[in-house]
Amino acid sequence: MTTRDIVFVVVGVITALSGLLAVSTRHVVHAALWLLVCLGSLAGCYIVLGQELVGIVQLLVYVGAIVVLVLFALMLTRAPIGPQPDIDAPVWQRVVAALLGAATTALVAAATLPVIGQQSVDLDTPVVTTQQIASAIFGTWVWPFELLSVLLLVALVGAFAVSRVVLARRSRS
Amino acid sequence: MIHLQWPVMLAAVLAGLGVYGVIARRNAVLVLIGVELILNAANLLLVTAGSRPDAPLAAGSVVTLFVVTIAAAEISIALAVILVMFRRFGHIDLTAVPDLTKGAPEHTERDPTDRTDPAALAAEEVSEP
Repeated sequence: MTTRDIVFVVVGVITALSGLLAVSTRHVVHAALWLLVCLGSLAGCYIVLGQELVGIVQLLVYVGAIVVLVLFALMLTRAPIGPQPDIDAPVWQRVVAALLGAATTALVAAATLPVIGQQSVDLDTPVVTTQQIASAIFGTWVWPFELLSVLLLVALVGAFAVSRVVLARRSRS
Repeated sequence: MIHLQWPVMLAAVLAGLGVYGVIARRNAVLVLIGVELILNAANLLLVTAGSRPDAPLAAGSVVTLFVVTIAAAEISIALAVILVMFRRFGHIDLTAVPDLTKGAPEHTERDPTDRTDPAALAAEEVSEP
């Protein structure tokens, strides 16, 4: 175990525990707040892995925007305060869900651990610098990048249209 | 030095937790939280694979940034749909069985147009002898 290993294991345990609480807590708002902790510490994992730019974008987009959107959606759907017994499926379905989740974990681990899990990387000299990422985005990946901007515009218009169209139809009827 | 089995194991655990959250939750927003966990597991795998020294074209980082962008677009659309569902049905319970004959109960009570619908009235008379 090197120093990076120990730091990653500590941050990773925080990530996994907060993720577990995010999917298992009975408080609706607490689930979103545990998701915030999980995504924030995952940004820490990225930084430990030597990808500072991805970590900072994770903080900006996920923690700054997506969790806030989820919290707004919870508020607008009148999320009740306090523990809710009825936000979870029945017990048999939770058992099936736990089995399927464990199976997914086993599958992903079995598929990826033999491929890249055996390696160890020296990250003290950066493998991919931010400058290389920038020249790759605006060089090799420029057309996917442009498509993504179109996708964001379509998503913006689509989210607006979904809510407006239904509202207009209801007010007309 | 870092051994890459830790990030791979964390990604596997996050994917499993996400699958559990998607199946075990009834609230639609909490199902979305599970989807976010699965997406982040994929991102962590991409970052891990991209941190190897022989990864070409900075692909791990760049594709991770793309996935983050797509996740932002996806969740904005999904939350818009969930809000419309809440306005239309009054709940966001994904396991509630929709009543396709008369529409949701809150909707028929509040909306006078369904009262004049002969099919809806006939269905009500059949169901309440």
